[in-house]
Amino acid sequence: MAQASEALLNPETVLAELKKNAVSHVVWLPDSETNWLYLLMKAEPSLTLVAVGREGLAFSTAAGLYFGGKTPAILIQNTGLMEAGDSLRGWALGLNLPVVLIVGYRGWTRHGVTTDTAAVYVERFLHAFGVNYYLVENDRDAPRFSLAFEEARKTRRPVTVLVGDEYHGFNR
Amino acid sequence: MLQMADILKAFKEYRGDALVVPGKSARYWTDLTTRPELDVPLTPGSAMGGRVAFAFGLALAQPDRKVVLFDSEGDLMMAFNILPSIAEQAPKNFYHFVLDNECYATTGGQPVPNAKNIAYDVIARGAGYARTFAYDNLESFQINLERIMSGPGPVFVALKIVPEIENEPIGQRKRVSTRNPEQVRQDLWKALGIAG
Repeated sequence: MAQASEALLNPETVLAELKKNAVSHVVWLPDSETNWLYLLMKAEPSLTLVAVGREGLAFSTAAGLYFGGKTPAILIQNTGLMEAGDSLRGWALGLNLPVVLIVGYRGWTRHGVTTDTAAVYVERFLHAFGVNYYLVENDRDAPRFSLAFEEARKTRRPVTVLVGDEYHGFNR
Repeated sequence: MLQMADILKAFKEYRGDALVVPGKSARYWTDLTTRPELDVPLTPGSAMGGRVAFAFGLALAQPDRKVVLFDSEGDLMMAFNILPSIAEQAPKNFYHFVLDNECYATTGGQPVPNAKNIAYDVIARGAGYARTFAYDNLESFQINLERIMSGPGPVFVALKIVPEIENEPIGQRKRVSTRNPEQVRQDLWKALGIAG
């Protein structure tokens, strides 16, 4: 049972990583399967959730939070990340924003052919902007969140965590 | 129609220790401000349309201090969907002024969509801002400014202004801020006592 559980990325694991890295605000637009994570984050008193209607605005909101002394993280899907290209350039890279982007890797698969273009282009997109990224697929990869936060702080650049699994628990 | 410079001169009296995100009004505010360490001028370089969300984030991060944004209607048109987010969080310290010259002045003065028939204050109210105002003359604005600034945010103020159209090549325009974004952040953190 323990092995089966570890093969998943549990939302509790993501929340623990956010807390461990002193995230104060999660600026977000719902991912395909983030409902259980949303409920957990909402119940966590140390976190403020800031919902935005378009992903590009997550970057400028996070920049304002950072200039005001807070530690934001951005939680979006790969489709929205690509739509937000100029905001990533101007408000994150342009302002030396040490922010972690937790990005749902919609369409990604370790097996067979990836057909969803949202998955096909996202790593190329990150390469184009010179944004480093870590792939997280299950709870065993959880330390990679902290690696991303540490790298963002050290380099004062955005760093991405690509979440290659859905957040289980949507139907709990 | 109001003049941008007159708006800022009127506002100066009410600034106190507010954080000011001047946007395109920095061309005048830079000479008027007495607290440059509390000003956050970030143009050019940051992406158009993000300034309102930046100021919103700043207001959430510093809830005990007023944050005053001088936005422009062209920027706001790219960011209408942040208005419900602002209304939802309802930062009481957020004062959102929109300088509406009905055009993209920095690219030669082309009109914004539906320039003469759009009501930004109505859009803000529909998004959930509790206090919204609109003025097209300086006298009315000056009479009401104390009430605007003494009440709680989030507040939205649409101001019709005279366009100041720029046609010079961008590289030949006068720089309004002598500080780069990193210097702006460092000055701000020092003023706010934030450890870097």
